Amino acid sequence: MEIEGTATLITGASRGLGEALAVELGRQGARVVLVSRSRTTLAPVVRRIREAGGEAHALEADLGSKADIYPLAGAANALVGPIDLLIHNASDLGPVPLRLLLDTECEDFERVLAVNLLGPFRLSRVIAGSMALRERGTIVHLSSDASVNSYARWGAYSVSKAALDHLSRLWAVELAERNVRSFSVDPGEMDTQMHALALPDVDPETLSRPKDVAARIAALIRSTTTANGARVDLSSSGAAS
Amino acid sequence: MTPAASPHPRQDRERLLVIDPAADRFADHRITDLPDFLADGDALVLNDAATLPASLRAAADLEIRLMSQLDDRTWLALSLGRGDFHVATEQRGAPPVLEVGTELAFGHGLTARVRAVDSASSRLLYLEFQARGSELWQALYRTAAPIQYAYVRAPLQLWDVQNAYGSRPWAVEMPSAGRPLSFETLFRAAARGVRLAHVTHAAGLSSTGDAALDARLPVAERYELSEENAARLASTRARGGRIIAVGTSVTRALEAASSSGQLRAGSGRTDLLLGPDSVLRICDGLLTGLHEPGTSHFALLEAYGPRALLERAFRHAQRHGYLQHEFGDSCLILKGSLDARLAAGFPAGSEQEWRQAG
Repeated sequence: MEIEGTATLITGASRGLGEALAVELGRQGARVVLVSRSRTTLAPVVRRIREAGGEAHALEADLGSKADIYPLAGAANALVGPIDLLIHNASDLGPVPLRLLLDTECEDFERVLAVNLLGPFRLSRVIAGSMALRERGTIVHLSSDASVNSYARWGAYSVSKAALDHLSRLWAVELAERNVRSFSVDPGEMDTQMHALALPDVDPETLSRPKDVAARIAALIRSTTTANGARVDLSSSGAAS
Repeated sequence: MTPAASPHPRQDRERLLVIDPAADRFADHRITDLPDFLADGDALVLNDAATLPASLRAAADLEIRLMSQLDDRTWLALSLGRGDFHVATEQRGAPPVLEVGTELAFGHGLTARVRAVDSASSRLLYLEFQARGSELWQALYRTAAPIQYAYVRAPLQLWDVQNAYGSRPWAVEMPSAGRPLSFETLFRAAARGVRLAHVTHAAGLSSTGDAALDARLPVAERYELSEENAARLASTRARGGRIIAVGTSVTRALEAASSSGQLRAGSGRTDLLLGPDSVLRICDGLLTGLHEPGTSHFALLEAYGPRALLERAFRHAQRHGYLQHEFGDSCLILKGSLDARLAAGFPAGSEQEWRQAG
């Protein structure tokens, strides 16, 4: 998909990979709507993109809240036109330090699923209808190796990402004929605040930088060879599975 | 006819009255049967405007309804007085008369100034919001509610008034002809070779509660037809396909876009009113709700079929429990629709038909 001029919505865009993606896509000419739970945390990112000559808008929304989804989609469509590129990046780890399933409160499990799975479903459902009508669109789901590996203490997050991968494949199957593409990306371990919260003892020097990963994801979006329904693993070779 | 009082009808149970002006008859079906009446090479044209929350409360005796966006922060708006949506619009109290320069506050920091007042009615206002861009849209979605209807019991939520394929929030009331269309139905039509196309039309207020103001509806409403969709419709026509408008708003936008005699891509505003004497330049068929004889919507249907047939069909629908208004049943007016269905191999006995529903 061409990125220049593309109406783009990125959730969880105030820091980490979401911030880096917004900046990278803004640099490549996308018209970007950045979403986070707080507009004030988005302000410096929006400023950076605008100062570099890009177009960026900040919207506040909690992806875990049903009531926030239509207002988010409506405002985003009003600001940049029908969304062609939707990037589900926002994630909730659940309470940290991460805990065993037997120590996980059901309410915390629900909240993680609400933000990481139901939120993306609801938002795609509102936005992908227009993509299907217009026969144009790409949906990117940010995944994790926890979606395919069973790490103790990663319970809710892990389950949510496994389901998100499958949701991505299902969108791909149902929308392929309407020229709407969906894929998920495992970005690998990055030097982000979320990573530090989950695994505080890891040396950040051994981790990838969000900026570099964002450039690789932008390349996947641009590429016509990124398979519909793929789960792309950027943690090592970048081979799709 | 009874209005549909719930925003959650079961889509697969909703009814479709198929009216064939060429055969001078009509037949009862389900909305999910729609693709059966369309042919390979036809185009189904949807209004992809999403519905914005257009009702703002400034005081107990002052509701503001946004009517039409004029620029990035200015709207034509209507004031309504005391009373809420349980009260029919025409029964609402008189709103306070607002002077030019009055500041209105709606909560969540959303404020607007009255920039001008219509010379003929103090209820028609030009409002300029203080905020713009993402700040304005965010505040609007936080503060405003969708326009409500007295015949729907519970307050409508934003998701109740959206079509499944909507995107830009241009409509102040739902372009409701598309509401009963599921993607199952749309994809089945596409699989039969029906092309899905769209315009964006800022469907406006259906009623102001004042007969003199209602007579001025519709106000000029924005529409946009992309190059891609204009080309799709032109090629549909060139290949002998039919163009079926989903809703009166699509009819008005497409006919306005072809007023020069040729369908032109672009954006504009239209207050085009269509009726029995109108010659449709581009639209061949219409999917819409059930509109009562005597209304402006019914007059538009008369551009598609003769009044006598439409009145007969309406009486039939009334007698057989069809529901009307935003969440009600549908009708398709399309020449040759019933013959085509029979020709496609549907046994005549499989459908109930009324040649004479008096």
